Amino acid sequence: MAEQQNDTGAQPQPQPQAPAAPVTPTVIADDLHIVYRVYGGSSGKGSATAALNRIIRRKPGGSVREVHAVRGVTFTAYRGEAIGLIGSNGSGKSTLLRAIAGLLPAERGKVYTDGQPSLLGVNAALMNDLTGEKNVVLGGLAMGMSRDQVRERYQGIVDFSGINEKGDFISLPMRTYSSGMAARLRFSIAAAKDHDVLMIDEALATGDRKFQKRSEARIRELRKEAGTVFLVSHNNKSIRDTCDRVLWLEKGELLMDGPTDEVIKAYEKESGK
Amino acid sequence: MSTVSETTHDSAVAMSAPPSPDDGLTPAQLAHKYGLSQSGARPGLFEYVRQLWDRRHFIAAFSSAKLTAQYSQAKLGQVWQVATPLLNALVYFFIFGLLMGGRGSMKNDVYIPFLVTGVFVFTFTQSSAMAGVRAIAGNLGLVRALHFPRASLPISFALQQLQQLLFSMIVLFLILVGFGHYPSWSWLLIFPTLALQYVFNTGLALVMARAGAKTPDLAQLLPFIMRTWMYASGVMYNLTEQLRGKHAPEWLINTLASNPASVYIDLMRFSLINHGFNKADLPPHVWALALGWAVVAGALGFVYFWKAEERYGRG
Repeated sequence: MAEQQNDTGAQPQPQPQAPAAPVTPTVIADDLHIVYRVYGGSSGKGSATAALNRIIRRKPGGSVREVHAVRGVTFTAYRGEAIGLIGSNGSGKSTLLRAIAGLLPAERGKVYTDGQPSLLGVNAALMNDLTGEKNVVLGGLAMGMSRDQVRERYQGIVDFSGINEKGDFISLPMRTYSSGMAARLRFSIAAAKDHDVLMIDEALATGDRKFQKRSEARIRELRKEAGTVFLVSHNNKSIRDTCDRVLWLEKGELLMDGPTDEVIKAYEKESGK
Repeated sequence: MSTVSETTHDSAVAMSAPPSPDDGLTPAQLAHKYGLSQSGARPGLFEYVRQLWDRRHFIAAFSSAKLTAQYSQAKLGQVWQVATPLLNALVYFFIFGLLMGGRGSMKNDVYIPFLVTGVFVFTFTQSSAMAGVRAIAGNLGLVRALHFPRASLPISFALQQLQQLLFSMIVLFLILVGFGHYPSWSWLLIFPTLALQYVFNTGLALVMARAGAKTPDLAQLLPFIMRTWMYASGVMYNLTEQLRGKHAPEWLINTLASNPASVYIDLMRFSLINHGFNKADLPPHVWALALGWAVVAGALGFVYFWKAEERYGRG
């Protein structure tokens, strides 16, 4: 794209209406289907004899159930966009994010991405028995930062989380934190890395109002750093505040894809809010 | 299927994309044009090794974090790193040393170091295998949330066990000196021995991790396999001597003495115990065996684990 803009430099191009001229695709989902296979989720008897019976008869299929979580979703996301995902519980929003991150295999269809999309889900790497300090380092390394990068950004992460505003809490084990404090630290660690494509699953619902404001600002900042942000939330207000485009999923299908106001209006009408 | 694509097509029209020369392209062509790669594909073996090398700091940090977290609830804290193996050794001393009065032809001053070395070295392999089997299955949250070469986990768990063993070695040195086995040049042999055993254990943990990811039931079965292996490796007695006493066939004695656990245990005993455990107690070609087991387990385990890289944490 940049090439094209350069060689037509003499002739000024008409400026598009969209704020950041989203033209470089970062994520392309092409007729994506995701099927979960759940073991032991059958309606059959769960007793030991029943399980043994299944093994003897070599019928593993008896206990496997398939859940078709995403059914043929196609969309293209562009650089600089913040895309909200809405839909009722179990509509496949989180599954779609995991598939984009390459953490779930596609049954059919493909996902193409620019670089490695990351799910804002560093919490899994953190250990409650370790101090906040050690968790910042561990989380940073787990996200693929180098030791130098972690050292460089350490103070920024701690300051952003505001953990130390009420005393030296960062040197205490994370299990002593309140749930809000822990959530703030987790978000701060995850948001410290510059992601090409960042996906946030309900992360903004945590923390007090002041921290929510701060994290929304950080998401806008991440967008400016030429990335694409996906946000799953049931809070329509935080979607309105941060996203310019919304995908509405229902029963694994893409019901609507368009500008935030339009889609949220339709969604609120449908869900009777 | 057809209805599905219709819905998505309709909604794609509703989107207010700016007009661009890309409009006519299919998603695959568009992806190709901008150099987008397919998400969630398995990297090649060399690329995988490179990614793993990039994550070396994470592997180290994760294993020491696990080790620290283990005792963080206890009041004595990290003192337990040394206290646990010390208590273990004490129990063995009371049961086997005092109560049963040594074993076979060995006196207590040889038998106790012989026994404790055997237990510690075997525990290293045993706990690596046990940690390996849970490495993926027990960390699904991590695997499903973050992107990193999955081999980091089993490697990190094996490293944690190595760190644990190093703490145990402090206790072992005290016992050795206590029974009159003073440091000598042969003690330096513990470094190649530990390095080879670590490679072997890592390979074992990688194999177990893949097997355990597919069949979590293995975690229930493994303790019994490990215990059988322990009895077949002469951890608490001189196996060769015992078997000769029972007139066991020579090939059986040689096979059991060549099994990896037995090889690493005997090498460690040979390195540390100055009198009472000699070269004659080692199986033939012992260094070649130690190296061979490490290379075979390490390489095969790594490739075997990598083959399923894109499937971990799914389903």
